Amino acid sequence: MADAGKKKAVGLPLPLMQGLHGEFYRHCAAGRLSFQRCSDCGRWRHVPREICPACSSWNWSWEQSSGRGTVFSYTIAERPMHPAFAELCPYAAVVVEMEEGVRLLSRVVDCPPSELEIGAGVTVEYLNVEPTGSGAGDAEAPGQEEIVLPVFRLA
Amino acid sequence: MKDKACIVGVGATGFFRGEGSGKSLHGLQLEAALAALADAGLRAGQVDGIMPFPNLGTAEGFAASLGCESLRFATTVNMGGAAPVASLGVAAAAVSSGLADYVLMPAGWNGYSGPRAGAIVQEMTASIPGGAIARDFYLPHGLVAPAQWYALIARRHMHEYGTTAEQLGAVALAMRKHAQLNPAAVMHDKSMTMEQYLASPMITDPYRLFDCCLETDGAAAFVVTSAERARDLARAPVYISGVASAQPYPADDITGREDIFRTGLTVAAPQAFEMAGVKPADADFAQVYDCFTFEVVQQLEEAGFCARGEGGAFVQEGRIELGGELPVNTHGGLLSEAHVLGMGHVVEAVRQLRGEAAGRQVADASLGVVTGWGDFGDGSIAVLRN
Repeated sequence: MADAGKKKAVGLPLPLMQGLHGEFYRHCAAGRLSFQRCSDCGRWRHVPREICPACSSWNWSWEQSSGRGTVFSYTIAERPMHPAFAELCPYAAVVVEMEEGVRLLSRVVDCPPSELEIGAGVTVEYLNVEPTGSGAGDAEAPGQEEIVLPVFRLA
Repeated sequence: MKDKACIVGVGATGFFRGEGSGKSLHGLQLEAALAALADAGLRAGQVDGIMPFPNLGTAEGFAASLGCESLRFATTVNMGGAAPVASLGVAAAAVSSGLADYVLMPAGWNGYSGPRAGAIVQEMTASIPGGAIARDFYLPHGLVAPAQWYALIARRHMHEYGTTAEQLGAVALAMRKHAQLNPAAVMHDKSMTMEQYLASPMITDPYRLFDCCLETDGAAAFVVTSAERARDLARAPVYISGVASAQPYPADDITGREDIFRTGLTVAAPQAFEMAGVKPADADFAQVYDCFTFEVVQQLEEAGFCARGEGGAFVQEGRIELGGELPVNTHGGLLSEAHVLGMGHVVEAVRQLRGEAAGRQVADASLGVVTGWGDFGDGSIAVLRN
């Protein structure tokens, strides 16, 4: 896992690059972790939603995150529950709480899982994944766009 | 709705690993349904309401096999493992309002010999309300299964409240101990010590193997009717005194909750106890959906049996064992009896309230609680009395 950020992960289940979910990942591909922010009440949100759950406004924009957050919780997968992750085991799936207040599920790629701690500061980086897996969102069609996942390293 | 409806029949198949049930998914649930109807003293043709478990069958299919010629109430509560107890509420509403006379709910699966949970995680995840979110935001990072989703909550609880592995182990041990008194339990004659629990392999930290529910073949079922009709039936009715189900917020994303411990049960439990006019402390037992050990700790807190953060201490020193303050999962639960999707908990509650639980009977049981937990923390709860 220590150098996972430098390698292309293969065979992973990938997001479908559709709708607002696709827009989220296109911002990641551009190297800008971004979240929706309500233009009326100013509240940030993740996962993407069409209207603001706080004030029902339809007005929002993608705004770039500081990329900084802290580890909120995690689980260390010792046994693979999906064949694509067998070689990664043990790895930690981590909930990161961003400075903007939103949380997202990700991984901390430069930290052995056993050394992870809740509260640890982390900074975003970007993991390029090839769309060649066997998951729900994969496709081997030529011209398939590049998919980039936001992952984290210790700050 | 208090006491307007009753559970009048319950039934279950045997529970299997090894060679499996030898029955189809449909046939297994039919066997449980027929057992519940026989228990109630009803003919299958009298059933006019059927509530299948999500994704495991259709009302039309069960009605056709059972000979229900006058099916007029058919619906499914889409709450995963919270569905059986939530369905008790819907069934009670149906029979007390006249939408149906006799509502049957079967639930069961070949969870051992059929497609195993681990092999079908993507299909399973796709079918739940947060499926598209899990697919696009969880799966790509390796968060692929319920054990992992809920482990995130458990880890945070351990961090905030100091909940320990030994406390999770106390849950596993209590369920295993109860299974020794239940000849139908898959883990009957397989006792467990804390040393064995702690030595079991880590699956998804903090969950060890023995924190995780069993994978088994088996089915169970209940029949609900109005209190009025119940008086004419074979068995002593078990009254649905209070019942409620609710969702966490947001229900479709487990990571984004302002308060990660606030689940459906947090909202539902006060409603069910208020409807019944009782307090958690009045319960003689609780059958708590135990997909993983920590979910028992968390549900005991959120249902109000103890304060938040105190669940770890609450489950220790035999308090949730038979003879303790609040016997929990007297049948052995999903952890040590069988994984019957939460229907086993309803069946056990009824047996306890009828005084039919033999060697594991809670003395003078007159009021019991049963909970359900499903998907990303949907919750349901029923307060039952005899």
